Amino acid sequence: MLQDREFFTAKSREIRRLTVASIGDLGVGHLGGCLSVVDVLTVLYYAVMNVDPKNPQMEGRDRLVLSKGHAGPALYAILADKGYFPKEELFTLNRVGTSLPSHCDMLRTPGVDMTTGALGQGLSCAVGMALGSKLKRDGATIYAIIGDGESQEGQIWEAAMYASHKGLDDLIAFTDCNKLQIDGATEEINGLEDLAAKWESFGWFVQRIDGHDHLAILEAITKAKGHGQGKPSMIILDTVKGRGVSFIEQAGVNNHNMPITPEQVQMALAELS
Amino acid sequence: MEMRAIFAAELDRLMAQDERIVVIDADLAKANGTLSLRQKYPERALDVGVAEQNMASIAAGLAAYGFIPFITSFCPFATRRICDQIAISIAYAQRSVKIVGSDPGIAAELNGGTHMGVEDLGIMRSIPSMVVFEPVDGVQLRKALPHLVAYDGPVYMRLFRKERPQLLPDHYQFSFFKADVLAEGGDVTIAASGIMVEEALKARAVLQRQGIEAEVINVHTLKPLDVQTILDSVRKTGCIVTAENHNIMGGLRSAVAEVIGEHFPVPLRSVGIQDVFGQVGRLEELKEVFGLTAENIAAKAREAIAAKESLPTGGEEA
Repeated sequence: MLQDREFFTAKSREIRRLTVASIGDLGVGHLGGCLSVVDVLTVLYYAVMNVDPKNPQMEGRDRLVLSKGHAGPALYAILADKGYFPKEELFTLNRVGTSLPSHCDMLRTPGVDMTTGALGQGLSCAVGMALGSKLKRDGATIYAIIGDGESQEGQIWEAAMYASHKGLDDLIAFTDCNKLQIDGATEEINGLEDLAAKWESFGWFVQRIDGHDHLAILEAITKAKGHGQGKPSMIILDTVKGRGVSFIEQAGVNNHNMPITPEQVQMALAELS
Repeated sequence: MEMRAIFAAELDRLMAQDERIVVIDADLAKANGTLSLRQKYPERALDVGVAEQNMASIAAGLAAYGFIPFITSFCPFATRRICDQIAISIAYAQRSVKIVGSDPGIAAELNGGTHMGVEDLGIMRSIPSMVVFEPVDGVQLRKALPHLVAYDGPVYMRLFRKERPQLLPDHYQFSFFKADVLAEGGDVTIAASGIMVEEALKARAVLQRQGIEAEVINVHTLKPLDVQTILDSVRKTGCIVTAENHNIMGGLRSAVAEVIGEHFPVPLRSVGIQDVFGQVGRLEELKEVFGLTAENIAAKAREAIAAKESLPTGGEEA
C-alpha cells in the first residue's frame, strides 16, 4: 500500500479542496483545525489503515477516533473520496438531517468509528477500543487524534496513564499540535510544552515530527508499530492551523470556527489547485 | 445476602456465559463486591484507578468494539462527576454501557454529604435515552441483571450495596417497563423506590389500622416510567404519595408529577430529601433526619386523602 510523496501531496490537496468546498458551501466552519489535520488523515487512510469502504463495520478493522471531533469535515472529505458515501453528501454538511454533523457521530456517518466532540473523551474511547482489540486478539491497530488545546483536559492524562499501565502497544495517538486554541496561543493560555517530555514521562513511545510531511508521518507510524517496547505511541505533529490556504493560515487564532465567503472559497480552491 | 454479593455472583454467572461482558471499577471494587471477579476474569474485570471520567469513556470505547461494560462507583461519582462522559461518550453515541452507582442517597451513611447522591436520578433521567433502574431487593437485582445485559442501550442502575429485606417472591418475573403493584388498595396510592418501598409497606400497615387502604407500587424503573400502572392506580385512588431516597426534585416525585399533571391531576404529596445536601449518620438515624420514614409516608397519605376529599369533584381527566 506504499505511496510516494507526489501521491500524498496531490491527494491531500484534493482533500483540502473538498474540505474547504463543503465548509464553504455552508459559509462557516472549523477551517483551521480541519486543514491542520488533513495530512495525517491522508497518510492513515491511503497508506496505513486496514479498512474497507464497502464494509465499514468490518470485524478486526483498524479504527480511528478523531477526538478533536470538530475536524469531522476533513475526515468526511476523505471518507467520501474513499467511497464510504457519495461526494455530493459533503454539501449537506451541518444541514438539518445530514449524516455529516459538525462533530463526528458514529451513528450517522459510515466510516466514523467513534462519536466525539466533547473534548478530552476520545483518547479514553480509543483506550477502550485497544483493550477490546486485545481481548478479541484481532490484531487491529487503534488510532486516535487529539488536539494540543484538547490536551489541557485532565481526562487526556487519565487515558495516558492507563494506556501505558496496560501496555497498549496497538494504540497509536497523534497530537495535532497547531499551537492555537480558540482564545489564543496554547502557550499563552495554558502552556503544554514540553509536550514530548510529558508523554514520555507517562510511559509512551514518543516521536515529534513535521505534521505536514507525509513521508515523515508514514515513517513515524512504521516506527510506532515496530518499537517493540510494549508501550502506546504518541506522535506529536507540528502543524499549522489552516495549513494550505494563505488567508486562513493568516487568520491565525481567528480561524478556529471562521466564516468564509463564496469569493474566499474560490480564492482558496484556486490556491489548492 | 448483601446486594453487592448478589450483584457480583450474578455478574460472575453472566460473564461465564457471555464473553462480551466487561466490568470496570474505579478503585471501589471492594466496596461494590466486584473485586472477586478479578481472579476468574483477569482480562475482563478491570480497574482504572481513581479516574471515573476515563472509566466511562473507556467503557464507551469497549462498547463501540462490541463489548457490554458495567462501570461501577459510588452513586455521585458514577453520575454527577462523569455526567458529560455519560451523556456524550455513552448515551449520545448509544453505547450499551451499564452504569452502576452504589450507596445512593442516605445509604452513604458515614461518608456523609460528599458521597451522598441526592441528585443522581435527576441527572440521569434528563439524559436522553437513558434507562434508570433501582432494584428493591436481591430477588429483583438477580432477575434484572440479565435484562440489563440484553437491553441494547445505556442503563443506570442505582444500587443499595448492603443487606436488603426480601420483598418480592422467589418466583417474581421481572420486566423493565412494568412497575410492581406490591399491595392493592383503593384510598391512596403510594409510589416508592429503593429503600423507601419497605417504608411504604410499613406505612400501609399503619394506615390499615386506621381504616385506610393504600396501594403500594414499587417503581423500580424511573425511566421509562410505567405510566399505565401509575395512572390506573390514581384513577382508582384519586391521590398519590411518592417516597424516595433522593431530592424531591428530579426523581420519583418529579416523574410522577409530570405524568399525573398531564394526564390525570390528583393531589400529590411527597416524601424525600427536601432539596438539601446529605450529612453523616447511620441509615436509621438519617431516615429520621430527612423524614424518610413509614410514619411520614402515612402522614402524607392522610394529607393526600384529605386534599382529595376537599376537592369539589375529585380528580378529573385532563
